[in-house]
Amino acid sequence: MSDTKFSKEHEWITLDGEVGTIGITKHATEMLGDIVFAELPEKGSNVEKDGTAGVVESTKAASDVYTPVSGEVVEINQSIVDDPSKINADPEGGAWFFKLKLKDKSELDTLMNKEEYDKFAKETSA
Amino acid sequence: MNIKKTALYELHKKHSAKFVEFAGYSMPIQYSEGIVKEHNITRNKSGIFDVSHMGQLFIKYSNDITSKLQEILPTDLKNLKINQSKYSFLMKENGGIYDDLIITRMKDQYMIILNAACKQNDLQIIKNKLNDQSLDINNDLSLVAIQGPESKTILENVVSNVSKLKFMNGENFSFENNEIYITRSGYTGEDGFEISLPNKIVNSFVGELISKGSTLIGLGARDTLRLEAGLCLYGHDINENTSPVEANLKWAISKNRMSDNFTGSQKIKKQIEEGVSKLRVGIRPETRVIARESTKIFDERNNEIGKVTSGTFGPSVNASIAMGYISNSHSKTDTKVFLEVRGKKVPANVCDLPFYKKSYVKGEANV
Repeated sequence: MSDTKFSKEHEWITLDGEVGTIGITKHATEMLGDIVFAELPEKGSNVEKDGTAGVVESTKAASDVYTPVSGEVVEINQSIVDDPSKINADPEGGAWFFKLKLKDKSELDTLMNKEEYDKFAKETSA
Repeated sequence: MNIKKTALYELHKKHSAKFVEFAGYSMPIQYSEGIVKEHNITRNKSGIFDVSHMGQLFIKYSNDITSKLQEILPTDLKNLKINQSKYSFLMKENGGIYDDLIITRMKDQYMIILNAACKQNDLQIIKNKLNDQSLDINNDLSLVAIQGPESKTILENVVSNVSKLKFMNGENFSFENNEIYITRSGYTGEDGFEISLPNKIVNSFVGELISKGSTLIGLGARDTLRLEAGLCLYGHDINENTSPVEANLKWAISKNRMSDNFTGSQKIKKQIEEGVSKLRVGIRPETRVIARESTKIFDERNNEIGKVTSGTFGPSVNASIAMGYISNSHSKTDTKVFLEVRGKKVPANVCDLPFYKKSYVKGEANV
């Protein structure tokens, strides 16, 4: 029943009209460990599907955040920049990263649904 | 090469450890709690660290052993009291550091604790100097550290009278009828102890510590703890291309050894007299950006003036922290510098070490 879509880079996206909300998956946060730094794209900037759109750092290492679809950044979640531990606490809810006005909704078709993603995550982390 | 395991490997596994290969050993990087929680448990309560991968070398006393060791260590061993420990180094002639170590004068032998990645090379240097090819690292012993404010009470419940030990001093104790050696020391910036004990009792010993309220802590938190405490990690903050003077560790060179000859002494004297071109300093980025090892450091005119050697997020100071080498002209506290992270210049300030300070038990609050 979930309309959330997932990328192979472990981002999730939900769509509300023209605007998609994007974050990283719980599985991603479990692999990263404690997240202590987050950097987000600038509001008003344009991002391209599969391009870099931010950075998260755990106590161990830095990882790029990719956008699963193209569009214009219309909102960013400053609260995760101020307190990155929120990302570990609620990655698929309150700790979303940014919102995009989608350029091409058909890009969503290239993404996985929850069932496919769970299977993918399990296989790739085994 | 086979990956080695410590005697506590199965216990780590039972506690859901994530393992990482470190110096040829499979070691726990973290347990289910995660690095930040493990860090805070150590700062606020008590944490147990398996450091059995480190080398434990014992050298029985003979006539000239102290003089010979003084030829390769900058430490005043002649005035070292029984059961007293000192931080020291093995150096190259050019002052570079082969390894940093802790040497303790026990009743009938020296105990030297060596870094895992360096221990075989260290052993060869010491064997050659002492002309004794029979010396070997003792692999029948484990090494466990217990660190944090509640550690004294917890360990006292397992080993009576241990709380009388003073900082950088040790003594023999017993556990399950086996002799064990405990020093009051550690590498986290907390009060704590290091226990050298036979492999065959280490599981039961650590089990006791856990049942009395301590928690297993991985190498990940060990790294954030030692960095907050301003302590060097060999292979990163010090190595064969950095001298103790450049590393700001000249306090560890005994004053009355300054006029002696030991490996590296000429270079060290020269550096103390004439100054050095680079110095290890603390660095605080002005934002939460983390400056990892090898991050380039620039001055206000965009000249490259140094490199970061360790950088992380310090949970107890709630900020990004780093250490690195910086040209002497820019090494003063509060000097403004810039760190190049992902193509951007992040403003930062040179600062005093440690980032996090707690008082140790009685005395030499230096290590």
